Amino acid sequence: MKNDQFILGIETSCDETAVAIIKNGREIAANVVASQIESHKRFGGVVPEIASRHHVEQITIVIEEALSQAKLTFAELDAIAVTEGPGLVGALLIGVNAAKALAFAHNKPLVPVHHIAGHIYANRLITELQFPLIALVVSGGHTELVYMKEHGHFEVIGETRDDAAGEAYDKVARTLNMPYPGGPHIDRLAQEGSPTIDLPRAWLEEGSYDFSFSGLKSAVINTVHNAEQRGEVIAPEDLAASFQASVIEVLVKKTERAVAEYGVNQVLVAGGVAANKGLRAALEKAFADNDKVELVIPPLSLCTDNAAMIATAGSVMFEKGIRAGLSLNANPGLDIEIYNG
Amino acid sequence: MTILAIDTSNYCLGVALLEDNQVLGEYITNLKKNHSVRIMPAIETLMKDCERVPADLTKIVVAKGPGSYTGVRIGVTIAKTLAWTLQLPLVGISSLEILAAGTGRYFDGYISPLFDARRGQVYTGLYQFENGKLEMVEPDQLLLLVDWAAKLAESAKPILFVGNDLQIHRTKIEELLGVKATFASITEHNPRPAELALLGSDKQGEDIHSFVPNYIRLAEAEAKWLEAKGKISNG
Ligand SMILES: [Zn+2]
Repeated sequence: MKNDQFILGIETSCDETAVAIIKNGREIAANVVASQIESHKRFGGVVPEIASRHHVEQITIVIEEALSQAKLTFAELDAIAVTEGPGLVGALLIGVNAAKALAFAHNKPLVPVHHIAGHIYANRLITELQFPLIALVVSGGHTELVYMKEHGHFEVIGETRDDAAGEAYDKVARTLNMPYPGGPHIDRLAQEGSPTIDLPRAWLEEGSYDFSFSGLKSAVINTVHNAEQRGEVIAPEDLAASFQASVIEVLVKKTERAVAEYGVNQVLVAGGVAANKGLRAALEKAFADNDKVELVIPPLSLCTDNAAMIATAGSVMFEKGIRAGLSLNANPGLDIEIYNG
Repeated sequence: MTILAIDTSNYCLGVALLEDNQVLGEYITNLKKNHSVRIMPAIETLMKDCERVPADLTKIVVAKGPGSYTGVRIGVTIAKTLAWTLQLPLVGISSLEILAAGTGRYFDGYISPLFDARRGQVYTGLYQFENGKLEMVEPDQLLLLVDWAAKLAESAKPILFVGNDLQIHRTKIEELLGVKATFASITEHNPRPAELALLGSDKQGEDIHSFVPNYIRLAEAEAKWLEAKGKISNG
């Protein structure tokens, strides 16, 4: 009889100190997140040095909480998985070094995980993945379309050339004098307004799956400034709705085109911006009549940074035989295609 | 009793195993290389060479700063995690105190260990051996070297300076303190991890969860935020 597999995952790439334990690749045995958002709000964004300091304060508390939630001891774990990158280097270093200390102390395999692979695999906690598939990754640092033909194999078919979608949200929110993080505020405001302002859509060259949001961001800022100079008032709800409509239209259209071209069975949505109500509704509408493709969007708690996603991706990597030694370093610019083999 | 000592707080990387009043082994390098890549393999190698396993350890002692923010966090994170998961006492020791302990044991005067902190500033403190025990005279602090030297110029005792960063400040110290200043040999500038282990050997374990580095300085953003907040509430 095969024993259950337990993977402990650690995630510290940005401003959440997170530890989770996943059973048999898909079941959450523990999922603990210590968020620093209240601390960073004071600065209007994540301050790397402050984030690193908070991770040191939280790390053993969060590990202990995860083990007690799962009612497990280290002896029962199969491996320690940790986010190797990308992310803030000082922040990543805390998770990486804690993971190495645990692996050494208990003589457990150490499995390095790509943060975005984690976001994509959060979907496996909802439903089994059906390959081939396309994942739309949208977060504060990333906007990508990733094609997967099988477990643990990632092909980036499109990515942002400038700002990530989440970054554009935060900058536009700042223009509208909203507190950090701006994404949820824009989303909420957009529900109250209508997209009456004409803003650009960056389709880029014919057939490209890449994204660009800096032009849109500038257009929003210009619209606000021009209105101010003319002494006019733009309803912030309408501006938020117009901005959101532009972002979502490009994301959804490019995803639809990739789904058709690659003939996939599933569309996965991943990353913090997947929490956006407007995006969820637009994707649901776009794929409602397509019975060949299953659309999967994780619940909010699995869209934002967490360690359950790292442990579940770690489970697949563990089975593929991917291991790191005690010299594992934080890798802030880690490429997702590195473990394709 | 088997103590594992870890120091990644400055350029020097150090690991030591101290067992029953005997130094089993020490590993020290003074290189501008990545501590995150090298410290765990160094611990693993030293323990393997000394034929010790994690379960043999009875205490973890770590250099808690001052020093490089990132460097000290690497050592502290590893020390915290090891101590917590192996259920061992954790002791933090000042990175400057380790330097002072490694030299000046037979010196009749004060010891000023120092690390450069850029823009003319140093991390330093004042220590002395009394009846074979290292005592703190002035706490660890961050200040301009010229201000520190001016303060020490008043002292009645000679001062022994130690630390690899003396090469940056030696001329200035000589100029300001003259014969009052003595300088340690280059073989004494690397903090000895065995001294770290010894300093921690008779200290009580600290609360592991709340253990953090001694940065001395607030994060820059935090300091600015407090300043701005102070201005608002004061005015
Ligand atoms: Zn993320």
